[in-house]
Amino acid sequence: MKKLITAVILVFCYGFIVAQESNDTKKDTTKLEEITLVGRRQLSNYRQEKTLSSIDDYLEKSNKITMIKRGNYAWEPAMNNMNSERLNVTIDGMQIFGACTDKMDPITSYVDVSNLQKVSVGSGQSGSENGHTIGGGIDLQLPTAKFYQSGLKTSVDLGYETNGNYKTGGLDLEYSGDRFYFNTDGIFRKSDNYDAGDRHEVLYSQFQKYNISLQTGYKLNDKHTLDAAIIYDKATDVGYPALTMDVSLAEALITSVTHNYANDSTFIESLESKLYFNTITHVMDDSKRPIVPIRMDMPGWSDTYGFYSKAAMSISKHTLLVNLNGFYNRSLAEMTMYPNDPNQSAMFMYTWPDIRTLYSGIYAKDVYAFNEHASLSAAVRVGFHRNEIAKKTGLQSLQIFYPSIEDTKHRVLSSFTTDYTFKKQHYDVSFGVGYGERAPSVSEGYGFFLFNSFDNYDYIGNPTLKNEKALEANVKANYHKRNFHIGVETSYFYIMDYIIGTIDESLSSMTIGANGVRMYSALSNARIFDVYINSSYKLSRSFSVNGTIGYNYGTGSNDENLPLIKPFTYIAEVNYSTSKFNAALQLEGNGNQSNYGSFYGEDETPGYAILNLNLGNKLIIQNNKVVLKYGVENILDASYSTYADWKNIPRQGRNFYMNLSFVIR
Amino acid sequence: MKLKYIISILCVVLFTLSCSTDDDTNSILNEVEDLIKIQDINNNTHTIEFFNKTGKFETGYNAISLRIKDNTTDTYVENASLNWIPVMQMPTTAHSSPKSEISKTIGMKTVYEGFIVYQMANLDGSGWSLSIDYTIDGNTYNASSDIVVMQSEFQNVTSFTGADEKRYVLVLRAPEEPKIAINRLKVGLFTMETMMSFPVVEAFRMTLDPRMPGMGNHSSPNNTDLTYNSAKQLYEGNLSLTMTGYWVLNLQLLNAAGELLKGEPITEDHPKSSLYLELEF
Repeated sequence: MKKLITAVILVFCYGFIVAQESNDTKKDTTKLEEITLVGRRQLSNYRQEKTLSSIDDYLEKSNKITMIKRGNYAWEPAMNNMNSERLNVTIDGMQIFGACTDKMDPITSYVDVSNLQKVSVGSGQSGSENGHTIGGGIDLQLPTAKFYQSGLKTSVDLGYETNGNYKTGGLDLEYSGDRFYFNTDGIFRKSDNYDAGDRHEVLYSQFQKYNISLQTGYKLNDKHTLDAAIIYDKATDVGYPALTMDVSLAEALITSVTHNYANDSTFIESLESKLYFNTITHVMDDSKRPIVPIRMDMPGWSDTYGFYSKAAMSISKHTLLVNLNGFYNRSLAEMTMYPNDPNQSAMFMYTWPDIRTLYSGIYAKDVYAFNEHASLSAAVRVGFHRNEIAKKTGLQSLQIFYPSIEDTKHRVLSSFTTDYTFKKQHYDVSFGVGYGERAPSVSEGYGFFLFNSFDNYDYIGNPTLKNEKALEANVKANYHKRNFHIGVETSYFYIMDYIIGTIDESLSSMTIGANGVRMYSALSNARIFDVYINSSYKLSRSFSVNGTIGYNYGTGSNDENLPLIKPFTYIAEVNYSTSKFNAALQLEGNGNQSNYGSFYGEDETPGYAILNLNLGNKLIIQNNKVVLKYGVENILDASYSTYADWKNIPRQGRNFYMNLSFVIR
Repeated sequence: MKLKYIISILCVVLFTLSCSTDDDTNSILNEVEDLIKIQDINNNTHTIEFFNKTGKFETGYNAISLRIKDNTTDTYVENASLNWIPVMQMPTTAHSSPKSEISKTIGMKTVYEGFIVYQMANLDGSGWSLSIDYTIDGNTYNASSDIVVMQSEFQNVTSFTGADEKRYVLVLRAPEEPKIAINRLKVGLFTMETMMSFPVVEAFRMTLDPRMPGMGNHSSPNNTDLTYNSAKQLYEGNLSLTMTGYWVLNLQLLNAAGELLKGEPITEDHPKSSLYLELEF
């Protein structure tokens, strides 16, 4: 403890002695398809189709990202056909881990669009700045303090959608002074069950949540600022139609204190140091389900303490970034089942037996610009990772399956990536290669009888798993001439010791009605490939058309298709936009999922196509702004589900929506 | 400052003194400190005190501690040799039960110990009596009394007839405190040679299949067959319990020649063996 305090004080002192805010290239574009290898996009919600769209909707608009849906809420992001375990999802550089053993609370569900400024998406190893990853990194960035002296700005958002009677309300207050800044916002969302196509009600798809946040900044002097942020997010009554249980409480408290140093004339130009703490409580609930084989309680908790300190430097043609970070996480989940025979006592087990994860690592990146056209970048991350089973009962229960395991496990993780970019007036190309490693997740390493409704198997973690390793190559090329643009983006992953559950016939399932038990183990390798081609053409000043097609492929060394691999996809859009009005007609669809992972319990999902219409008006009255967004989603009321819909739950049918925002200065 | 030290030293000294005086006077009584008295059985000369952890006799395995008080001198006898006979009075006949010899508890002066396996009980606890024959300095004595034996909540003992037409009694000895872990399962097996004689059965084998009826008859991995430990005169094996709750330990008993004497394998149509023990934690 003493050592930790000393280290923290040192980091902060260092900040005072040394370095401004990293030179973000804040792209302000609406097309999420343009998220590049290390893409940064301003979260200007007034330029989205819906001002009040959730983070989930927002992320799904990206090429690389798919949201896996177990209901209408808390979608799980997947990038490059890899989900939670293989991604590194952070909130402003802070590590945060869901508390649900069944992935019902991806961390994207604990922040709202109102909290964020931008989302930084790094595909593959380019997303390893904040932690180790295979598929990529998503950093949900909070706004930084702005000392604009712009005074008080208030905005009110109201939204309504007919499908599911979905109501949203938000209030945002921002004050920016000379030395002091604060931003506070609250948002409330409530939806009843939604209707799939043909007015078929999807039971248990309701949700309700609110999120409040407060961010303040204080400028100590020209070089030093202090920021503090608190986000409190609470969802209650969340239904999961694809699962056997709902959620009665998903609650997160996310806090951080940040010190920023910026000085253009010193070696270290900027130094940002953050201390953070977050805690999550997640309570699953089956009390609203009339028929269940057995009643149960499944609460989970996840607490994370951490810090990072990142410095930016530039020496002649080199731009350097160094990020030192560490965290300590505690994940605990338990299950109590109540037998139908009231004379039998309740059955209890730890499903996550109090796993403590300690990580500390360092990341360094250098970008070398040969000239104004060509640059080479290289990044490396090395870290030390340690898991401990803190509950003796937890250790003993896992020893039933692995008699010789001990309570701690150490790993050294490393990753490396390099890419070369060449830019000319009409075209640009980049080539990248990378190598990355990750440690198994808590569920993969230590989960105890975690039921997966996707394949109807119980899963047992495996503390003896090796690190998963990936070799990666990616190519990206763009060509633009006058009003025409075409781009291609492709990546290939060769993953070694690919972690996945394999059936152990000798084991008896715990969950009533389950098909059996899968133990986490590793395929010697797996290969994942994706390619996207996007193109746009500007017909006139206001009219444009654009389209994207994508193809993905994933297979393991056992010659079986991997599950949850995106089939052929396409999006085509016609846009009309002026400064006061915009309209877009969108066709979105998937081809038939013929390469489905039947070996892993996946079934074939037929192709679909839907039509959406989005409209928007902007009005400025004196200094105040009114933004109205409205439209129809799934105009033809198609009944469909996508490959990413857990157990093929049907997606939303026709939906009329309207979002109204007032910005008052 | 000095005062502080003096006071603390004084305290320590006082404590040590008070402790040691306690030890001197109560050393005899302390030999049953952790136990609860079940009952006394008297005769004119002695009072025999029975103790165990729960303070009552129940069906199943009962580890019993006892001591003999001389009624005249109020002291505890240290050199007795004892033998006991539990008897269940049935409407037409009477029978005894499996039991151990009585021996002096190691490291103790006045306490003797042994076990009795009560294989059955009436609902009101009646029917059993216990007779003690004991010898002190060459003189023999007897004391006997009715005792109360209650039915245990779970089946921790079972008596049955094997395929060899012999009567057997099977009793759960351990784990006493089951855990979510691989537990060491210990059971005792006795055969009913006569109504009054229940010797230990040696060199048989038992298969084990623990199940949770409340969880769709969920089983657990890495259980092992129970084999005979001649030093402890018990059958031992590994019992994996994956969660707390009510478990049925389904068994099959095989004799030394490997012939099945009792019990069946568990299938979907046959969820429970006719030979089983129960536990709940």
